[in-house]
Amino acid sequence: MSAPRGVLPPDVVWLAPNVFTEPFWLATAEHRLTLPRCTSCGTYRFPPSAFCFHCRAQAVEWVEHDGTGTLYSFTIIRHAVIPDVADALPLIAGVVELPGTGGVRLVASIVDTDLDAVAIGKPAELVWYDVREGTTIPCFRLV
Amino acid sequence: MKDRTAVVGVGATPYYRRGRSVPQTAMELAGKATIAALEDAGLTVDDLDGFALYSMGFDTSLFAQWLGVPDVKFTAQLTGGGGGAAGSVGLASAAIVAGMADCVVSVMTLQQAASRFGASFAPRGTPGATYSAPPSPEGNFIQPSGLMGPGQMFAVLAQRQMHLYGTTREHFAEVAISTRENARRRETALMRDELTLDRYFDARMISDPLCLYDFCLECDGAVAVVTTSIERARDLRHPPAVVMASAHGGAGRWGQAITWMGMPDEYFASSGHRDVAKRLWEMAGVGPDAVDVALLYDHFTPMVIMQLEDYGFCGIGEGGAFVADGNIRWPNGSLPVNTHGGNLSEAYIIGMTHVKEAVEQIRGTAVNQVEGATVALATGGPASIPTSSLLLRSDR
Ligand SMILES: [Zn+2]
Repeated sequence: MSAPRGVLPPDVVWLAPNVFTEPFWLATAEHRLTLPRCTSCGTYRFPPSAFCFHCRAQAVEWVEHDGTGTLYSFTIIRHAVIPDVADALPLIAGVVELPGTGGVRLVASIVDTDLDAVAIGKPAELVWYDVREGTTIPCFRLV
Repeated sequence: MKDRTAVVGVGATPYYRRGRSVPQTAMELAGKATIAALEDAGLTVDDLDGFALYSMGFDTSLFAQWLGVPDVKFTAQLTGGGGGAAGSVGLASAAIVAGMADCVVSVMTLQQAASRFGASFAPRGTPGATYSAPPSPEGNFIQPSGLMGPGQMFAVLAQRQMHLYGTTREHFAEVAISTRENARRRETALMRDELTLDRYFDARMISDPLCLYDFCLECDGAVAVVTTSIERARDLRHPPAVVMASAHGGAGRWGQAITWMGMPDEYFASSGHRDVAKRLWEMAGVGPDAVDVALLYDHFTPMVIMQLEDYGFCGIGEGGAFVADGNIRWPNGSLPVNTHGGNLSEAYIIGMTHVKEAVEQIRGTAVNQVEGATVALATGGPASIPTSSLLLRSDR
């Protein structure tokens, strides 16, 4: 288990996948980032869902992505809205856009990054946070 | 629907800090506000025949049973959250124009004793809490980043707005301070002490770039408004606040907005209101120039600026400069905004105070009256769809 600097404590990170999202989390548990792409028209949909918002087809293929992206926006969380996160603050919550996906964005912790180094437009690379056995979530480091 | 209905009564309980309305219950508060709104109109529960609600609508069967409503003919609710506030009056108007009901109340009641909206997307909360969101398939793509409260999420939109348009914290401060100045003159307002620019910048940062004063209050209370046909309205106690237009909805790909962050780039840094605004102006047959006072849902200061842009009071990206020029100040700005003190400084009753203030401005009885106001805009929250708005005018 590895935890990069700047993540939520494991106690508040719990997944509840459904049939559409489970493949994403099964892959992250193996440290692979995969995204669902419509087999009819090639449109990426995220988060995973039942229909293609472009052509309304249902079938997807899971396409691997290398997890390099760009910081689209962010906030630095400085106040604990629940006590469980107080010790982890400040935290950077970022929205990272993934190139080549038609604008898929992941909302994730920006880790191993100094607060004053955060800026929109910076390149980001994938970092894995192994929360517990079978649960791994994607985070990003700014480069 | 244009000009065929009017808001004829408004009523409210006192406003309370979060949790302080106990031992009253939420539905009790709703009843008090409803009876007050009917009385204000010169009506009684015997006249009431419809409910048009939004966000967390309560059980109207029990409510009607409690109040002894003789004949319930319409009971419906806009989906979504605070986005539907102003649109609930449009829903009432639609029912009346369709002939389904004649006297419809829209009411919001809020009690945050057991839980709080500020943590409404947290994966855990106080045991028994209503508003925290347990892990869900969609929430799994947000919560693990630490985003657990609406303010943190809107901070992400605000950050993008600053990046794209050069909007600054001074601009956010102008929204907070101008709203506070309005609240200071109102006895009903919970926050009446002076907010200076220094105090704003000294306040603790909650979620960059939003500080304490960029956040709305967390309150308890209820506000109700009564809508009826324009013909009946003219026989009642107050001058009618005529429903010129109301619209709700939004782009499907705006969707859940802050709880997915996948909105198309062209309107990511917006209030989500652009399509609703377009339909509102079309229905009304007027544009933003006609508006004398705007009651813009202010859960977070940047969202007021984005609504000014989305409703066309200024260009996209020009909202910061618009507020910096003093335009939203009462009484001398070109468009006084949130003359009641808003969600930020009067009370947060999920936007129904904005509708109440719009009615009072049209009647000419507002505490911070805009002189000669004949057209008032009220909006629901920039939130997941539906967002909504309401345009009221005087019957002159
Ligand atoms: Zn497709």
